[in-house]
Amino acid sequence: MILAAVMLLGLFFSPLWKIRLEAPQYPNGVNMYIWINQITGDTPSTLQNINILNHYIGMEFIKPDSIPELTYFPFVIIGMVLLGIGIAFTKKRKLFVFWGVILMILGALGIYDFYLWEFNYGHNLSPTAPIKIPGMVYQPPVFGSKMLLNFKAISLPYYGSLFLVLSMIFNILSYSLNWKNWKK
Amino acid sequence: MNKYYFKRIAFLFVVAFVFTACQSGSNKQSKGAFGDSDVASKVYVPPGQYDEFYAFFSGGFSGQVSVYGLPSGRLLKVIPVFSVDPEKAYGFNEETKPMLNTSFGFIPWDDSHHPELSQTDGVPDGRWLFINGNNTPRIARIDLKTFETVEILEIPNSSGNHSSPFITENSEYLVAGTRFSVPIPQKDVALKSYKENFKGALSYIKVGKDGEMSIAFQILVPGYDYDLAHSGKGKSHGWTFFTSYNTEESNTLLEIGASQKDKDYIAAVNWKKAEEYLAAGRFKTFPANYAHNTYSDATHSAKSEMLKEVKVLIPEECPGLIYYLPTPKSPHGVDVDPSGEYICGNGKLSSDITVHSFTKMLQAIKDDNFDDEVDGIPIINYEAVHAGSVKSSGLGPLHTEFDGRGNAYTSFFISSEVVKWKLGTWEVLDRVPVYYSIGHLMIPGGDSKKPFGKYLVALNKITKDRYLPTGPELCQAAQLFDISGDKMKLLLDFPTIGEPHYAQAIPAEIIKNNSVKYYKLTDNKHPYHISSEDEAKVTREGDNVHIYISSIRSHFAPDNIEGVKVGDKVYFHLTNLEQDWDVPHGLGVMGAKNSEILVMPGQTETLLWKPQRPGVFPFYCTDFCSALHQEMQGYVRVSPKDSKVPIKWSVGDFEE
Repeated sequence: MILAAVMLLGLFFSPLWKIRLEAPQYPNGVNMYIWINQITGDTPSTLQNINILNHYIGMEFIKPDSIPELTYFPFVIIGMVLLGIGIAFTKKRKLFVFWGVILMILGALGIYDFYLWEFNYGHNLSPTAPIKIPGMVYQPPVFGSKMLLNFKAISLPYYGSLFLVLSMIFNILSYSLNWKNWKK
Repeated sequence: MNKYYFKRIAFLFVVAFVFTACQSGSNKQSKGAFGDSDVASKVYVPPGQYDEFYAFFSGGFSGQVSVYGLPSGRLLKVIPVFSVDPEKAYGFNEETKPMLNTSFGFIPWDDSHHPELSQTDGVPDGRWLFINGNNTPRIARIDLKTFETVEILEIPNSSGNHSSPFITENSEYLVAGTRFSVPIPQKDVALKSYKENFKGALSYIKVGKDGEMSIAFQILVPGYDYDLAHSGKGKSHGWTFFTSYNTEESNTLLEIGASQKDKDYIAAVNWKKAEEYLAAGRFKTFPANYAHNTYSDATHSAKSEMLKEVKVLIPEECPGLIYYLPTPKSPHGVDVDPSGEYICGNGKLSSDITVHSFTKMLQAIKDDNFDDEVDGIPIINYEAVHAGSVKSSGLGPLHTEFDGRGNAYTSFFISSEVVKWKLGTWEVLDRVPVYYSIGHLMIPGGDSKKPFGKYLVALNKITKDRYLPTGPELCQAAQLFDISGDKMKLLLDFPTIGEPHYAQAIPAEIIKNNSVKYYKLTDNKHPYHISSEDEAKVTREGDNVHIYISSIRSHFAPDNIEGVKVGDKVYFHLTNLEQDWDVPHGLGVMGAKNSEILVMPGQTETLLWKPQRPGVFPFYCTDFCSALHQEMQGYVRVSPKDSKVPIKWSVGDFEE
């Protein structure tokens, strides 16, 4: 159970999600990484370059400072780690389940939140944008790929999500191992 | 009568037949394939793939360096060095004007001859490329991280910097021998007083850790024409060899006057000895006046400094510093083989290549085997230093390079061919015609300790019928040969810019990963740079108007400027805020008397514009940067000199 809790710290070492934009002029793609606490790119200027491209279609600039989740999500995760460690010492099976369910709800909420931001960026377009195509929205997919004008946007979980999955697996394992101990 | 008539017709037929036979023969040869059907695939680099070598060609009278890929012969870039270039604003923007400063003031042109790659342990290392300016004696350094000229040093007491830069094996020194001897220091004398007043100077330019150049010392030598040079390597490291002609010391009609003696000299300079004399204080300090110009990637600007003296060594006072090796027939190129043992003198008026032995030279010096002495310089006995000659190999040998497998390749200008011969046995192994009149030839690393071999490039002065005609002025050209086998094989012809005087080539692997993609905006130290659009502004100081302007796809900030007056000096300090690869922005202003500017991402450049009449004048981005490039424009309102219109600027101000 402690392992399950500690795994969550991995979220501070690797991004959760990766959005890749592909176009002929970008042979190596343009990669944006979404962390629990920040948004980065392949180079320090990637975000600026994405914003330059996006301004033609009137998309709002992506400014990590304006996304409050990036500020409070880290505290939620640390809270979960501490809670998990605490629960581990209680050795109470029901609490393990409780923790696991919270983690899953948080994960689902996180993905929903991610979707909402994507929806907002994709739909909330400036009426004075240079390129306006009737009916076109630029919401990247949460999972999978989609053509957004000349760019193919590919959105997939990144290594950080693996820690989340590992955490859940360890949670279930600790539950089942304890189950065996408990039966004896 | 009839019989005679018949004979004449028959004769004409024979002549015509021989003529057509020759024609078709030469045509077949000039196509170069020799029936080898895979020649095309040897030079074919598929779209999107890279060439194996970078090749740096001097532009001769264009004053520039052009960069080609080998084996494709594709032109990659023209680097402005000694000549102004409106395309890149080199010599036109305020930042690079100091690069072309000399003791004569701003000189917008030179004649660039010999590119030379920096070396470590005798092998090209890909840090810098040096090149000489022949006309107003200078040496330039190009940084191979940015492919930009970053330093130019003027050479005092020199005139016609031809035997230059020819680096030493650990890039300790570059050399600069004077082609034209002149009075040193300069003075107003009768030209007939040549023998009495004219002197030559051989300069050694120290290359610092970061590539920075300074004149370490000059050697004052007899007033000959010092033509070419090469520094020793391996066992001959520590020596430099300079060819000379006009040892007759003629001041007129040199084609006759300088061609009378059977032998001229190769000057062998022991520069390690020179260092000892220098350290011992055995030099004279001569007053001088020469420019040292440096460009900084941090300020994106150049500065020019005038230096006032130079250390001079006099051979008479420094025994053992310099010797003369007699070499037949006005030797042109002097080339040292990869082992450092053989010194090849290419006697340009003869059919032979004379090769001296370094080991024999040291022995002769030890034995005092001298024939004569001139101004304190011993002339070594020819037989004592001569290793062998390549006999009747062609006519007019100019330059020799090596493949690292014991073979040498010499260009012959008069007989227009390349001859391959064997070091040590001096036998001719192969010969191929070149089209036409070859000067230098180049093998990648072919003048170094470890030639990369594989290809040979002939650098030809004359093309005549090789390409579609373009009026009286035709291109000069390069020809690529495969030298991996026993016989040289012609693979490709390609035209070049200006005169491809000499070239150097290096495996692309050594350079390409160091290539800078863009300048970091956070590192920009230009005094007029801005870091974001919020900092854009226009200020007035008397008649000087400074516009701190930025560019980013697809607009300038500011793009509306008012309050400029006739007679002002308007400085557009354009910072390109982009931080991505290959997104330059340009700026052109109507009526500007210099050029556009072309600004790389993260860089700041300045265009000076002097408005001449009231009105509204547009400026725009000159480099097709984006989908809305054509929208990337702005206006400057110019008011009469006595107007009261205040300075005002804006961008995106849609409402009144």
